[in-house]
Formats: sequence, C-alpha cells, structure tokens
Amino acid sequence: MKEKEITGREFKPLDHVMVPRHEIIDEAEINKILAEYEIVKEQMPKIRVSDPVALEIKARVGDVVRIIRKSQTADKAVFYRLVIA
Amino acid sequence: MVIAAPKRIKQIKFGLISPKEFRKMSVTRVITADTYDDDGFPIEMGLMDTRLGVIDPGLRCKTCGGRAGECPGHFGHIELVAPVIHVGFAKLIRKVLRATCRTCGALLLTIDQKKKYVEQIKTLRRMGQPIEEIVTEVFKEARKAGTCQYCGEVQQEIKFEKPTTYVENEHKLMPTDIRARLEKMTDEDIEVIGMDPHNARPEWIILTVLPVPPVTMRPSITLESGQRSEDDLTHKLVDIIRINQRFQENREAGAPQLIIEDLWELLQYHVTTFIDNAVSGVPPARHRSGRPLKTLSQRLKGKEGRFRGSLSGKRVNFSARTVISPDPNLRIFEVGVPLEIAKELTITLNVTPRNIDEVKEYVRRGPENHPGANYIVRADGRRVKITDKNSTEMADLVELGWKVDRQIKDKDVVLFNRQPSLHRMSIMAHEIKVLPNKTFRLNPAVCPPYNADFDGDEMNMHIPQTEEARAEAKILMHVAENILSPRFGGPIIGGIHDHISGLFLLTNSKDKINKVDALELLAKSEIRELPEPAGKENKRPYWTGKQIFSQILPKGLNLEFKAEICEQCDICKGVDCEHDAYVVIKDGVLETGSIDEKAIGAFKSVILDKLMKEFNPQIACKFIDDATRLSIRGIMRKGFSFGMDDEYIPPEAQNHINEELDKAGDKVEKLIAAYKAGELEQLPGRTINETLEMEIMKELSKARDSTGDIAGRHLGMDNSAVIMAKSGARGSMLNLTQMAACVGQQAVRGERIKRGYAGRTLPHFDRGDLGSQAHGFVRASYKSGLSPTEYFFHAIGGREGLVDTAVRTSQSGYLQRRLVNALQDLEVQFDGTVRDTRKMIIQFKYGEDGINPMNSDFSKPDAVKRIIKSVTGKVKE
Ligand SMILES: [Mg+2]
Ligand SMILES: [Zn+2]
Ligand SMILES: [Zn+2]
Ligand SMILES: [Zn+2]
Repeated sequence: MKEKEITGREFKPLDHVMVPRHEIIDEAEINKILAEYEIVKEQMPKIRVSDPVALEIKARVGDVVRIIRKSQTADKAVFYRLVIA
Repeated sequence: MVIAAPKRIKQIKFGLISPKEFRKMSVTRVITADTYDDDGFPIEMGLMDTRLGVIDPGLRCKTCGGRAGECPGHFGHIELVAPVIHVGFAKLIRKVLRATCRTCGALLLTIDQKKKYVEQIKTLRRMGQPIEEIVTEVFKEARKAGTCQYCGEVQQEIKFEKPTTYVENEHKLMPTDIRARLEKMTDEDIEVIGMDPHNARPEWIILTVLPVPPVTMRPSITLESGQRSEDDLTHKLVDIIRINQRFQENREAGAPQLIIEDLWELLQYHVTTFIDNAVSGVPPARHRSGRPLKTLSQRLKGKEGRFRGSLSGKRVNFSARTVISPDPNLRIFEVGVPLEIAKELTITLNVTPRNIDEVKEYVRRGPENHPGANYIVRADGRRVKITDKNSTEMADLVELGWKVDRQIKDKDVVLFNRQPSLHRMSIMAHEIKVLPNKTFRLNPAVCPPYNADFDGDEMNMHIPQTEEARAEAKILMHVAENILSPRFGGPIIGGIHDHISGLFLLTNSKDKINKVDALELLAKSEIRELPEPAGKENKRPYWTGKQIFSQILPKGLNLEFKAEICEQCDICKGVDCEHDAYVVIKDGVLETGSIDEKAIGAFKSVILDKLMKEFNPQIACKFIDDATRLSIRGIMRKGFSFGMDDEYIPPEAQNHINEELDKAGDKVEKLIAAYKAGELEQLPGRTINETLEMEIMKELSKARDSTGDIAGRHLGMDNSAVIMAKSGARGSMLNLTQMAACVGQQAVRGERIKRGYAGRTLPHFDRGDLGSQAHGFVRASYKSGLSPTEYFFHAIGGREGLVDTAVRTSQSGYLQRRLVNALQDLEVQFDGTVRDTRKMIIQFKYGEDGINPMNSDFSKPDAVKRIIKSVTGKVKE
C-alpha cells in the first residue's frame, strides 16, 4: 500500500467513543489464550490488517489483537482477533 | 486440537456438459422408443434397457449388477439427428450471437477492450464478487460494432423470437448455423463473456446429444389392472425418439426442405418440453387425459418441487392435527386429546420381564378398548395387527423380546406445536389427557407462547417413540421448564384476559366474602382450610378477596412492586396508595395492593418470575393452575360483561365533547385561513404545506385526547371496559375513547387522507377544501355512528393496517429464515464459548457476559441487586 502523507489531522478511529480499545498482545499471552480455549490461532475471529483500527495500532499479519469493549451487563468484555491479510 | 470433521466440500463448479462427456457417461445409446417386449421384459437399447438400472424386483442391472434398490441407475443417451437449442439458455445464445462476428466468430471488441474486461473479471472473481455487471457491459459494447474489425464483415440485425427462434435478415438461423458460429469463438473471447472455455463452451448449449435419465428416476408403475403406466419423463423421451427416427428416415429419403424443417421444429418442441413444460409461448405437452406433463423443470421448481417440497420439507408419522379449544380445568402442562386420536397413535413397548403382565393387558383390550394395543411385532420382526377377534389369543402368545404398539394414554409425554414455529416455546412437551369430542384442549394460560387463540386455530401433536426422546422432551421441553422466555427473561406463560380481570375484581374490592362463597371460590384448588376470618358481620365470619388470593400463594413468598393500575404518581405513597396499586406480599400473604397484569399476566408477571427463579417450576405451575381457576370463579361470582350502556355518556358531557370538537374545528379553520393569507409561521425544516398539515394534525389529536379525558371522567372503575384497560386484561383507554367519545383522525402513511379525486378526497367536498372533515377526521364515536364520508375514510385507514400486517409478516418471516439459516449451527460450548461446526470461535463468552437470558431478570443486570436486597432485607427483620 502506498504510504500516505501525514498531515497530523488524520482521523484516529480509536479516539472515537464508539470504537473499543484495541491492543496487540505478545507471544506468551497468545499461547496462554490458545491453551485456555484449546484452539489454534486460525480458529479465532479475524480482523484485516487493512482495518482502520489495525492500521492505527500498526498490527501485522499474524498478530493477535485484544479488544476490550464496554458492556452493559458484563462491564468489560474481552475479545480477541487474529490479524489477517 | 486438530479439527476432526466430516469431509468438507471444497468447491462446487457449475458448467455445461459437452457432447463428448454426455457420451462418456452414457452406458448405452437408446434407439427404440419401445419400453417392454410382449413378455414384459425391458427391450435392449430401449428406454427401459436394464443397463440404465432396474426397478422390477428380480432383475439385475447389466451395468453394476445391483438389484432394484441397490442400483443407483445409470445415464444413457440419444444421438439427435439434428441439433436443437436448450431452452434454458436461449437468452444467452441471443446475447452471444449479437456480440460475435457472423463469419469469423470473433467477439466484436478491440483487443485492448478485451484485455481490460478480462482483467476486471479476474479481479472480481478473486474477491468472490459477482461478475454479472461487467459481462452485461461486454455484451452491450460488443453489440454496438457495425462491422467486424478482424474480417471486415458487416454485421446483421438478429431478431429473437421466443422461445427458440433466431432470425437474421428475414432468414431463419438453424441450430446448425448457430452452433457453427459459436464453435468459431476462441477461448480468449469466451473468457471475456465471463464463461470458462474448459467447463462451458457456448456451442455446448446447442444439444447434439441428449442424456437419457436413469430408469430409477422415472420408474413405471403397474396398475391394479396389470397395465403399466409410464412416468411423464419416459413419455416425453418416447416422443423425442420417435421424431428423431422420422427425421432421419425423411432426410435419408431426400424429403423436401419444408418437411425437414417441420420435423426439426417438432424435435425442438419435444426437447424443449422435456426440459421445461412451462415455457411461455410453447403449448405445454399434455397427457392423454389433458393433464400437462411434469418434466425436468417441474420436478425441481416451486413449492412442491424437489428443493422446497422434498429436501427442506419433511412429513412424519406418529402425529395428529386438529382444531384447538380451551379448557381451563386442565393443568397448564396437559393437553386434551380426542379419544379417536388416542386410539390411533401408539408407543412401541419392548416386552420385558418387568412389563409383560401390563403389556398383555393392553393386548387383551385390543384396538377398540382404549387404552389398548394396535400391533404386535414378533421376535422375527413380523407385524401382526391386533383385532377385536384375535386380541385374547394374541395376549396369551406375547413373549419376552416381542414389541407391542400400545395406544397413547393419560400422562404420556407428547410434543405439541403451533405454526409458525417462531421460537422454541412453539413446540413444548405436554402430558396427555384423553377426552371425548374432536378437538385438542389446552389451558388458555399457554396460549401466549404458541400465540394461539380459538378462532379456528389448529395444532399438531407428535408422539416421541423412544425412551431417550421421551426423557429429553420431559426434561427440556416440558411446559413447566418453559414458563420463562429466553427472549426477555420473564414469564411467557401466565394469566390472560379474564384471568386478570377476575383476580383484579377479587383483590381490588372491599367485598366481605362469607364462608360458603369463600369455599366455593377455592373449591378447585387443593385448599381445605380457610385462614382466620378478617372479621364478623351479623355474627357471621367473613373473608376479604386478598385473603382468598393469599391461599394460593406459596409460603415464603416475599414481594413488593407497583401494580399495572399504578398511576405513576410523582410521589408514590407506597402502601397508602389510594388506588391500592402498591402490592406487598409477605410470606405468601397479600397484605396490600391489587392483583392485575403486573402480578399474574403473561409477559409481565412479577410473581411468576419470582416463583420460577427462587422457587421451582412445579410451584410456578401449580400457582398458574390455581390462579387461573380462582380468577374464573372470581369473575363468575360478580359477573362481568360489556354492552352499549357501558359507552353511555351523560348529555352534559356529550355537549362538552361537542364544544371541544367545535373549538378544534374552528382552530383548524383559522390555521387554514392563516395559511391562505400567507401568515402561517413556517416550522423549521418544513415547507409551508407540511407545517399546515402538522399543525392541523396536532390540533385534532389534542381535541381527540381531550374528548377522551371528558369521557374518561364519566367512565369509572365501575365500568368493565375501564377495569379491563386499567388492569391490563384487554383493550386500552384509547379503544374506549373511540367507542364513547370520538374516533379521531384517520391516517394513511401517517398523514391525513389526501388521495381520491382531482383536488379532493370525495365528491362530497369542494375542491381544495383543507378542512378536517374533508381529510378523514372522524368526529363521531363508534357508539353515535359514523357519517357516510367518515365511514369511508375509516375504511381507508383500516385497510392500510391490514396491508401493513400482510406485508410485515412475509418480510419478517423471510428475515427470520435467513437469520436461522445463518445461526443454526452455532453452539454454546461447555467452556462458555460460542463456536460453529468447525469449532471456530464466534464469541469468547456467550453474549459477552455468559448469562442465559432466560435466567436474567427481564434482560436487565439486576440479579446482583436482587440478591443484595433479599439479603439486606432479611437482615433488617
Ligand atoms: Mg387464530
Ligand atoms: Zn446399476
Ligand atoms: Zn469477423
Ligand atoms: Zn401509586
């Protein structure tokens, strides 16, 4: 993808109230999650590298992103997505 | 964990079958139109050739050696003397002919254009997106070219005459000509029109070989007279072969062109109707009796076709269907089954040492003496019908290891269902109660989950046939287990209509109930002792309605809530509420408040919710049974009816209403005058016309509301319609307002009625009349009666409602189907995750919180609050 010129005025999806927190997690944690759910990475829900949020947190293919959403009933709901091409 | 799953389908490829392939998959060429010889044996190379599979028992398939039932059947083929067009692709042929050169067969586009389109198609295919748009553009562009840029040929206009005729310049194109043109297309050009040259070359649309379907998919049936009756497809194939032969004979004999063309057309007709017997412009091929033949398309298409009729739809045994009617004396988990049905439906019992005596008794009773038995299956699998005559004899013969089909009887668990089955409570397990007469009977309290009423509704019943099925039905599907709806976490089974009115009348009154009446009210419940009387009158003890109701409440029930009749006062006076709307139940005793929809109604009942969540389903069931029976006794004690008199409003009030309506009419006239004078103040974001409409609507609805208030003042809690509306039993105050005071504005699409004649709604009004009467304001009440114009506007508004429901049900039904298809294989796993059949994770925790909505408190996260309250509440005491 062509590198865009940075103007400093770009819209940052993560700043929006409706966009939940996204963070890339490290290998050790990924393994913990995979063990917990007895799955391989491919069985996780996916997110595209080209997703605006994935771009913002500079995720790369193969990374796992943790998404922490606010929930009316559970207060905080944790979700994971595998970054794909 | 490696995903161990059944074999997956990687891809499905659609294409055309080439003549070469047709011949390759054929086991024989079919040349004679005859089926069987004089001895009844299939003729070689005929339509019933044993190489095509067998259907007669005793014969063996010459291809695979299988017997009837084992052999799947094999395709044969017919070599068509002259090619014919496949009707299903006639439109595609037209497009291709118009886009290609008449001499060199090249696609009429420049090389650059072709390259561009192929590139676009490839990208779309890679992204899994449809290519139709590009292909349409290709055909459109190619058609524009007047001359071929490759050979210079001037192109001619091609006319298409439905269904299979192409005319170029007054000259009819024969299928051979078309095939020759299509054959000239290069692989590259084929790709540009979105086809795959390896899988579907355009000339393959012109049939030169016709596959003959296996005998197994067109079996003949032997009639009682011993005559054979062939399948419609076989009939059609006979026609095709006959014409094919005649064609060949005529051509070899050098018959004139005219005759040849006629025969060719006839062959085309037969092949066309073989594929689809409902093509417009082609008279359908008929049976001798005049019935149109059911050919290939007809087997697949439509409601009774292979897809909707055979694959998605199933029919079952061990089921019954009849009209439903109410029986409040049944328990909610019971279903009344007509004796005639109970005698027909059976459960198979395996004869064991433990039940042999019982089974023998069933057999002895025979089929006519319910509960008896209808069939015996002996150890060798032979089925013997039990009759009145052989029943005693059979009973003595019964041995261990035999099976007996016993008639269903009281307390058997069955599945009960009403379509449309929109949620899981549409099929619940009930216990049978065999009753006389011909309808299924059910307690009206279970109407809400089935969405049933008794205006002629029919329901289905299914008898589970194995112990596992019965156990599952009882544990998972029993009515008692389904009182709470997973849709909103509250009870979906509960009191309706008169149940609510009845208990309201009982608990909201200050009646002094004497001993006889008290016992009468509680007669149907298992209460055998009355509490301490509330007091004495004339030396005779009396009880209050609240006390009577308390008798059916379980001990240990504590509740406090606002009833449906609560007026939502700014400051709630709690226990001292003047409407008796604050309900307090302490240890199973109703201390204050009235019982209404909020207390026992389906969807809203706080008491049932509590009984299900803090007691158990059996107690909840018992409570519904008792409450519904008590309420019916309660309503019968007082009598409860509604008539014209209940809509009576004193003349002063009627005058007052008329004044209000006159005032509103004047205001509307003033608005119209202001509008006409251009003095109307425009609302922001609205045109002046919209502003006027909105102001008028606002004024008129205000008028209707105020007439309702006036009427309401004269219709108090002594009016049964008011009781029903306020307690939530049925109807609303608006309904009552419309009956007694003013019906109000009739609307179409939320606007006043504007349609009709030029410049006016009806000829009764002046053109351009903007007044309330001319645009559907119904000033009258239903009681006073509508004027003819009002009546007409009312019909217009009413019709919109009907159309809306009709449209909405079909749309929401389709939406539901799509949702169910998309979600049906998802499953909550034991670890709380939601996964599909590939064990892919859909949610890490079901619904984000892992809560079963059935056990949530009306879908609100109140469980914790409830627990804290119940704990702290107890501490206080
Ligand atoms: Mg109905
Ligand atoms: Zn076979
Ligand atoms: Zn050409
Ligand atoms: Zn109140």
